[in-house]
Amino acid sequence: MPRYFTDEHEWIDVSGETATIGITDYAQGQLGDIVFVEVPAAGAQLAKGKEAAVVESVKAASDVFAPVSGIVTEGNSALEDDPALVNTAPESDGWFFKLTIADEGELEGLMDEAKYKDFVASL
Amino acid sequence: MRYLPLTEADRSAMLDVVGANSVDDLFAHVSREHYLTAPIEGLPPHANEMAVERHMSALAAKNLSAGEAPFFLGAGAYRHHIPASVDHLIQRGEFLTSYTPYQPEIAQGTLQVLFEFQTQVARLFGCAVANASMYDGSTACWEAIAMAGRLTRRDCVLLSNGLHPHYVSVAKTMGRFNGDTVVYAEPTLTPETDFAALADAVDGDTGCVVVQYPDILGRIGDMTALAEACHAAGALLVAVVTEPVALGALKSPGEMGADIVVGEGQALGVGLQFGGPYLGLFAIRDAKHVRQMPGRLCGETVDAEGKRGFVLTLSTREQHIRREKATSNICTNSGLCALAFSIHLTLLGEKGLRALAAENHRLACLAADRLAKVPSVEVLNEAFFNEFTIVVPGDARQLVRDVADKGVLAGVSLGRLYPDGDRRENGLVVAVTETVTEEDIATLASALEEALA
Repeated sequence: MPRYFTDEHEWIDVSGETATIGITDYAQGQLGDIVFVEVPAAGAQLAKGKEAAVVESVKAASDVFAPVSGIVTEGNSALEDDPALVNTAPESDGWFFKLTIADEGELEGLMDEAKYKDFVASL
Repeated sequence: MRYLPLTEADRSAMLDVVGANSVDDLFAHVSREHYLTAPIEGLPPHANEMAVERHMSALAAKNLSAGEAPFFLGAGAYRHHIPASVDHLIQRGEFLTSYTPYQPEIAQGTLQVLFEFQTQVARLFGCAVANASMYDGSTACWEAIAMAGRLTRRDCVLLSNGLHPHYVSVAKTMGRFNGDTVVYAEPTLTPETDFAALADAVDGDTGCVVVQYPDILGRIGDMTALAEACHAAGALLVAVVTEPVALGALKSPGEMGADIVVGEGQALGVGLQFGGPYLGLFAIRDAKHVRQMPGRLCGETVDAEGKRGFVLTLSTREQHIRREKATSNICTNSGLCALAFSIHLTLLGEKGLRALAAENHRLACLAADRLAKVPSVEVLNEAFFNEFTIVVPGDARQLVRDVADKGVLAGVSLGRLYPDGDRRENGLVVAVTETVTEEDIATLASALEEALA
């Protein structure tokens, strides 16, 4: 399944109409120990580029943005008890939420893995 | 950031954004006749300082102040005896550090006081966590409504008719800018609270229900069933306590299932002080909601050597870190008032608070029994703590004035609390604390008898 990246350091896995979204390994490394994650509830309507979730580390609180518009189908409830999953498995078990993509056209312009690697290297 | 006043260019840029031509345009809603454009008419010519002082003292002597007369005023602000030791202790040098320290951990004494204050508030309210205080009861009440909105993502707010009307105004004002739908009706003179009706009104759109305990008419309702109805509908129950001394006698709101318990802490340690500064209390029953709680929070920890210490914790909720996405724009607390509250409550202890509450209730019962014997006066309440409502013939507001002329401050009339309503003008809210003597009660009763004869 194709994986895309944003310049806000979110990743998005696309499988048909459904997308799974989280933050990248680079992002969790920058944030440090994550102590709290607030994910959107099922049914929440998200707009591309707008706030979708909040991630809090010992250093800072940051917003996580929706890479594409859509309706949330599930927030990762495992993060409620174990926010450190975002540190240990940022790009797998530490996913934030799943949504039904409203407009596949919005995927255009997101980075693929190679491009994101170059982007991070340039920072 | 520059700490300089605005320049003329800053001002015009800001005026441009809001579409006003001048600063005066911002006051366009004030009618012209109220503008002060010339010296006030009728004022005497300049006088020397001593003459002004003499004149002002003579004016001030016309006031009848709380300590000078039999005093039965309450309705959200209560006169209690504050031991002289409270005033002495709050002025000790150890407490003279900045009241919200910007490098908080350096002021361990201040943080320890806040931690103990929080513990007292949480225990009093039957809650898991309390914050380091808010500005006053009415803003704490609105902050609770806003918090419930964040947790439930619903914006419909049901206010009990027993909520203090000033708290209602604050909730409505803030709700206007927050997009809340505030449902409220002024109370009628009935002995029952509206808790049962509120429980029926809760539905899937309700974010929270706000009740006061004891309420503005002194009525006391059991909120257990209401809490269950709220929870079944996914709504939160907010309980407001304007007289914390009552909790020395009554079951706490937290024990009855209220999710957020807020209040006015003025009654303990703070005094009436012309209406402020006061002390907002804020607590939550379930610690899992702590990240949506507004205000500063002090936590206990251990230092590098394993010794007990205190920190400000969970600051990521707050404005200096979360900026505009903070849980609240409060970035301070009522430090000195919280200190006085905490010292007063510590001096009382649990036993002392229970004894104080019992004495308040005893005197209030004496007063209610005596006032019920005044011809054509009825006591409305079936249950009350230290405050109850009486129904008098005619306008209670005028009665209060007549009795004040005789040197007795009889209570707060409902006409004053609800200036736009006419059905409640017969109501008078009478508060009886330990500062009232049995002679005061007799004096009030005969003053009323005389005025109503």
